[in-house]
Amino acid sequence: MSSLSLLREYLPILIFLGIAIFMGCAAVGLSFVAGKQNPDSEKLSPYECGFEPFEDARSKFDVRFYLVAILFIIFDLEVAFLFPWAITLGDIGLFGFWSMVLFLGILTIGFVYEWKKGALEWE
Amino acid sequence: MANFLTDYLIPFAWILGGIILTVACLMGGMAYLTLFERKVLAKIQLRIGPNIVGPFGLLQPIADGLKLLTKETIIPSGANRAVFILAPMMTFILALTAWAVIPFNQYMVLANINVGVLFLFAISSLGVYGIIMAGWASNSKYAFLGSLRAAAQMVSYEVSMGLVLVTVLLCAGSLNLSQIVLAQSHGWFGVSWLPGWYVLPLAPMAVVFFVSGLAETNRSPFDLVEGESELVGGYFVEYSSMTFALFYLGEYMNMILVSAMTSILFLGGWLPPLNIEILNSPYLGPIWFVLKTIFVLFCFIWVRGSFPRFRYDQLMRLGWKIFLPLSLGYLLLVAFVLVYMGWLPKVA
Repeated sequence: MSSLSLLREYLPILIFLGIAIFMGCAAVGLSFVAGKQNPDSEKLSPYECGFEPFEDARSKFDVRFYLVAILFIIFDLEVAFLFPWAITLGDIGLFGFWSMVLFLGILTIGFVYEWKKGALEWE
Repeated sequence: MANFLTDYLIPFAWILGGIILTVACLMGGMAYLTLFERKVLAKIQLRIGPNIVGPFGLLQPIADGLKLLTKETIIPSGANRAVFILAPMMTFILALTAWAVIPFNQYMVLANINVGVLFLFAISSLGVYGIIMAGWASNSKYAFLGSLRAAAQMVSYEVSMGLVLVTVLLCAGSLNLSQIVLAQSHGWFGVSWLPGWYVLPLAPMAVVFFVSGLAETNRSPFDLVEGESELVGGYFVEYSSMTFALFYLGEYMNMILVSAMTSILFLGGWLPPLNIEILNSPYLGPIWFVLKTIFVLFCFIWVRGSFPRFRYDQLMRLGWKIFLPLSLGYLLLVAFVLVYMGWLPKVA
């Protein structure tokens, strides 16, 4: 029964999601009906300030974006660890607190290394 | 049969009514936020702003919406059609769904789930997908570069935003948004009629949260995703008609969402500015909440009217080298003080 009542709290979110999906689809669908569609090849070419596009847009890009993504994963996981820790800190006491300080300390060493290596520099 | 009616049908009707009311208020608020923004910016720049359509330009948002609806939907020839259409829908749907857990007062909340903060954090993280999908599917260089920038920017500021959330959780001791608001009802300095909002003890974190919110919603001065002078429209340069409108709607709803989150986490949500009996009525709750949200929204627009755009390296430096160490340090400080002073909220 308790798991059922737990799920019941999530029912409004599910209905809300359904209504949001319906509204999104309806808006796009309606625009196809309401607006006059009159495409031609010039209109459908990618916008590039009047140029013909030279090549495919999905080309090479800066490796720093990958670095940012990797850093993000590390720190986001850390935040995911911190969430339950923050809620239960009253119960786990000093041992829990200093364990997390140790964990964050190790993480900070990695962060300082990253910083010194210049992974955070954009010129 | 009566059982079915009272057990399922009536609760369901209540939920549906609540959702429709929320969505209607949200859409109305969103539409008038665009007008509010244009009016405030105009006042900042000593102009009048929209004043032709209706009295004081009050019908302007409706005219804008109708105009966008009747425009042609353009799908570029090189685009990945399905993903191209799906991207704005995703942005819009996510921006809307997040509102299911926002409490308007102690009793007015659609889904009072016990992991509300986590839900909001997850939904706002998913917002990046709409942008990446749009940039990739458009197959246009401007859109591609804009979406790369947007994605890197959003994930950078999400980390410090997460740390700010954890700090608030430490003080409140709950992931439930209503519980977080109620935890702020004890007055500052032990004076019962003063508000007990977290904006005072956690002031640096409130600032970090607000600025990260600006970056997270790609608002000025962090709007170099769509920096007109270099990337034209950024990731939605190829979009037109309702697909464009959905991005626009999503962006403004995210703005309102971040403002609402700021007022819940730091400005005491539905709690009155002075904790005295007459202001504490549950009917006034939603009004306080809306007023606080409007104030934060005004700050969003104020910042837009006042500051020039950041450079990309400055943006990344602010996120990684200033906000991240600052929020991590303050988090540890708060935890240290709470643990050693014995102020931690006990889990029931």
